[in-house]
Amino acid sequence: MTTSPDGEHDSHDIVAPGPQSPRSELAVAALLVAAAVSAIAFIVVYSLEKFSTQHELLGITLAASFAFVAAALLLFGERVLPSEEVAEDYPEAAAPMEQEEVAKVMEESTSGITRKRLLVGAGGTAGGAIGLAALTPALSMGPWIDVAPLYRTPWRPGRRLVDDKGKPYKAEEIEQETFYTAFPEGSSDRNLGASLVVVRVDPAALRLPPERAGWAPEGILAFSKICPHAACTVAIYQKPTYGPTQPGPALVCPCHYSTFDPAKGGEVLFGPAGRPLPQLPLTVDAGREIRAGGNFSDAIGPSWWGIEMEEPH
Amino acid sequence: MIRRTVNFLDSRTGAVPFLRKSLRYIFPDHWSFLLGEIAMYAFIVLVATGVYLTLFFEPSLAETTYTGSYKPLQGLAMSEAYRSAVELSFDIPSGLLMRQTHHWASNIFVAAILMHLLRVFFTGAFRKPREITWVIGLLMLFATLLEGYLGYSMIDDLLSGIGLAIGYGVALSLPVVGANLTLGLWGGPFPGDPAFESRMYVAHVFLLPILIGTLMAGHLALVASRHHAQFKATKRATERKLVGMPAFPAQVPRSLALMFATVAVLFLLGGLVQINPIWQWGPFEVSQGTNGAQPDWYLGWLIGSLRLVPGFDVTIGDYTLIPNPFWGGALFPLVVMAVLGAWPWLERRFGGVRGFHNILDRPRDVPGRTAFGFAFFTWVALIFLAGSADRATVFFGLDYESQVVFFRGAVIVAPIVAFFVTRRICRELKRGEEIGVDKERAEEEAEEEAQEAEREKEPAPA
Repeated sequence: MTTSPDGEHDSHDIVAPGPQSPRSELAVAALLVAAAVSAIAFIVVYSLEKFSTQHELLGITLAASFAFVAAALLLFGERVLPSEEVAEDYPEAAAPMEQEEVAKVMEESTSGITRKRLLVGAGGTAGGAIGLAALTPALSMGPWIDVAPLYRTPWRPGRRLVDDKGKPYKAEEIEQETFYTAFPEGSSDRNLGASLVVVRVDPAALRLPPERAGWAPEGILAFSKICPHAACTVAIYQKPTYGPTQPGPALVCPCHYSTFDPAKGGEVLFGPAGRPLPQLPLTVDAGREIRAGGNFSDAIGPSWWGIEMEEPH
Repeated sequence: MIRRTVNFLDSRTGAVPFLRKSLRYIFPDHWSFLLGEIAMYAFIVLVATGVYLTLFFEPSLAETTYTGSYKPLQGLAMSEAYRSAVELSFDIPSGLLMRQTHHWASNIFVAAILMHLLRVFFTGAFRKPREITWVIGLLMLFATLLEGYLGYSMIDDLLSGIGLAIGYGVALSLPVVGANLTLGLWGGPFPGDPAFESRMYVAHVFLLPILIGTLMAGHLALVASRHHAQFKATKRATERKLVGMPAFPAQVPRSLALMFATVAVLFLLGGLVQINPIWQWGPFEVSQGTNGAQPDWYLGWLIGSLRLVPGFDVTIGDYTLIPNPFWGGALFPLVVMAVLGAWPWLERRFGGVRGFHNILDRPRDVPGRTAFGFAFFTWVALIFLAGSADRATVFFGLDYESQVVFFRGAVIVAPIVAFFVTRRICRELKRGEEIGVDKERAEEEAEEEAQEAEREKEPAPA
């Protein structure tokens, strides 16, 4: 093989002669046959569909066929085909002549225009307006402007709390040291404002804000189950794990571990939540059934720009 | 035969000069240059298995009752989406293999991109003339993260519901426009309009794959246009001269072998190693959560950042300017992307290094960049680790709150320490080398002198 100093090969001999290895050629052929056998094995396993490890066998046979081809190619490249190091100049960094030409074409074609700024302005206006027009149909996707749905909850004074089967909760059923999930009677539970966590604490331990006096009859408290941090569901009711800041069992969201104190009306004890867990006022009626005494203390769900602006309704 | 084919092609397409160039395109030889290729091959597997999955998956939230062969879910009300995904896993022959291989491929895809990114960063391969290639690569990475998130969110099992709830919370938290954007995208408050499922679906199987494929094409076209950067492996390799293996005969079989090997590993994983057992999560209900469900690993850094931020909303009167999830869920990834994206220009501006670079750095040769890179990586990795603090609580009994307090401090202190330690190590390594080179040179000189002295002693041959 001849290589000139700049890496260009002699025209009669572009590629250096290969290593000449009939045994390697045989091995490559054997590997390819093995690949074919594996592929056929895959077809057979798929068609018979009767192995207890059907899924695993499918994976193994298919993977094996690809692996054999990989091995064959590797051997083919290393032992059968010639393999040589070559060198070449990097491409020119830039083409100054063409750059100049492009610039000239642009300059010369537009040099006769007298009202350049007017045209650029008009063009920009047309482009912007057409862009807006093209985006307008996207408004059909959702409310975009009307944010009122974000304040809506299905809770009304007197509405009964029911379990996931629709059975109303009675005050006696609510025990301490555990939590219950409740829904508004006769409402879709797909609504973010529907689900509640209900807990009972010792009435003596209650430290509710004064304006919420009477919201927790007999120490039974209800909160939105949706974490005000990032809309996960508050699904842990745990014993204090962090003595200094956590006085009693706390409601915890398992996504980012925002931790709320039910006895203090859902105050944040720990974690990233920027607002307390919204509390729902409760009453216990003559039949001992638990009913909503009104709507939540605050809008439910994660924070957004208007979350503090209106009461939930 | 070969000549006739070439002639046929050339006379009808005129493509042979291009083909000649492609065949002799030079690949510099280093194992780390293959990471990007692995990502590309994983993408091919994703497209192939993904198309297969679309033949069976029904992206609809219409309610139905499960009657398939998986007993624990029989008789349960669920969406068509979840039902068809479970059916795909149990009752469609080879469906589970394709679904698991698809999921594994997405994990390997992101991992390969990240490794490739680290290689390119620490060797300075992003420098002029390859800055645009770098930026396109970053865009591809972030498009891929969104793509993966939508992929497991469409299934409408409990895990995807929780992931979507968090996405909804983060979207709402965007200052000023968050609520409007979110209501528009979701079609209403969470869980949104049933059409949201179709919106995710078209994004996952059409918009984002096309975006990623287009970016990939641009990425590769730019690589080919400027040619590969290379290490100074031999004396012949210089800033102006590229040394390596030609595409054919040397590189093509190797690269194809890597492709087949990648496919083999992915199918083996898909066949033998369980991933996202969707039938265990159950259908999504707004009112339910699970403890211990984890997202795919590549979203762990965002879980960590959402968890570490102390609890506060920034408010002006009744107006909530910055809801809490914005910091961890939106600003943090944006900062990471912006810093990485701007890095080539930051280094030009403040590192004072200009001009073209075809020869790659070894990390120790540029202590400043390497130290910054490692500090930045430490920062992100610690936040990632903080995302698994609850697992440490479950498995090792470590107190969760104390861990969070520790991480809040560590993410500030550790990167600073990492910076100075790394810079020191780089400098020491270099100094050690210089001493070694000096020593070698001195020894050579001493030897030469000794030889000369010897020669002088010997009488010159007559």
